[in-house]
Amino acid sequence: MQLKKQKKISHALTAATCSLLGINSSESLGEEGDWTFDSAVLYYSEVDRVSAVEPVISATRDFGDEKALNLKLVFDTLTGASANGATPSDQPQTFTRPSGRGSYASEAQETPLDDTFKDNRFALSSQWEQAVNREYRTGFGINFSTEYDYSSLSANANLSRDFNKRNTTLNAGLSVAYDTISPEGDIPVGLSSMVINTGQADYRSEFNTTRGEGEDNKDTLDLIFGLTQVIDRNTIMQVSYAYSDVSGYLTDPYKIVSIVGDDGRPFEYRYEQRPDSRNKQSLYWQAKHQFEADIIDLSYRYFWDDWGITSHTIDLRYRWMLGGRQYLEPHIRYYDQSEADFYRRFFIQGESLPDQVSADYRLGSMSALTIGMKYGMALSNEQQLSLRLEYYLQSNHNTESVIPGILNDMELYPDVEAIIVQFSYKF
Amino acid sequence: MSVKLHLVTLFVVLLLSGCANLGVEPWERNILAKPEMQLIEDPVSSGLDDHIYFSKEASSGGRGFAGGGCGCN
Repeated sequence: MQLKKQKKISHALTAATCSLLGINSSESLGEEGDWTFDSAVLYYSEVDRVSAVEPVISATRDFGDEKALNLKLVFDTLTGASANGATPSDQPQTFTRPSGRGSYASEAQETPLDDTFKDNRFALSSQWEQAVNREYRTGFGINFSTEYDYSSLSANANLSRDFNKRNTTLNAGLSVAYDTISPEGDIPVGLSSMVINTGQADYRSEFNTTRGEGEDNKDTLDLIFGLTQVIDRNTIMQVSYAYSDVSGYLTDPYKIVSIVGDDGRPFEYRYEQRPDSRNKQSLYWQAKHQFEADIIDLSYRYFWDDWGITSHTIDLRYRWMLGGRQYLEPHIRYYDQSEADFYRRFFIQGESLPDQVSADYRLGSMSALTIGMKYGMALSNEQQLSLRLEYYLQSNHNTESVIPGILNDMELYPDVEAIIVQFSYKF
Repeated sequence: MSVKLHLVTLFVVLLLSGCANLGVEPWERNILAKPEMQLIEDPVSSGLDDHIYFSKEASSGGRGFAGGGCGCN
């Protein structure tokens, strides 16, 4: 009885997904039970800042002969406030909204947060995997995502070859992406001074001089080369090298940097300006080993780019089997990055401003720790439920040599704390 | 840069030459074939994690494509 009911849910969802994607479901459905679904809802919430709710549904159909199609839909809703890059002060501060219409303020002592944004993002991806012969497999995918001020379109292809009784696999992948950025209030002129409305008659024309085109683009080329190796009956390992070349508009149109006086109080705010290209590389290693029943999963990534950022990421998961088809999985992740060459927390009046500047804390020196626990349970009919709860703590480090006046009493590098809750259901 | 590239090449060559002696016979794959032993065991969760860390940190990619991403705040 229960079995029948589950199949109905799965069937209805298949039909719904297919009609959403414009696929004729009677043709693509085939036999009932061929599709498997993987669904999740993620809740992410920062203390006093951004929160996001992100439901995902992923559907996979196995066509046999190592052919499979995967379709994935993600929807996320973002609300809250984000640090705009300016320094706190001992007095309230007023900032012009990106549209130029109206302003937002921050209290004395507080990190200035831009509370204007509220965004919905919708992403759709499809991936086709297919074996060419006994040794070669290929995959092709298309991804599309859209949000209020941003859209992205990408395509990827990969090829893998098995060696040594399928114990060794070499993989090469290529992805190209084309993104369009069309910010609220058009693209700000990099390094121009934020115009504040103090009632001046020509405010609007002054504001317009800080605005450029309505939209800009970003092109991304990604390459990845991987090697997967079976070590023994219980152990598998992977190493990969990834290369990414991004060019175009890489600036955050909503971020600013404070120019402060010798007393540390804000004198003016400049719109940030990042380089128009970025070259990223990474080395990734992962190993997975099963003991009697428990599984350990360990990975490490070394990342570097031509913005001067290098980072280390270590991730460890331990699946502790409880019997009765349940498990607990503690998780710990540690991340550490160095700052971008053009990152500055603030400038002091009279200092010459370089061509590229950002005060976005995400480009600063930081370390981050994630601690989490996941509970999973296998149900009948190959269904699975899981719930994870994680805590994320980001510590931002000071790299300024001179801190003037009142800024010594301010929290210039506040921690970012977040809670992550995810519920997953596979059926 | 070039030193890094050489180290990468050396690493891959060493790994490849060591790999020929490793591995299992096809009938010894019962454990490795389990879904929980796949390197990316839960692609949906991995995707959500990648999105979070892409939005909050300056690094991306590694286990998959770094991607064009989003205009995340």
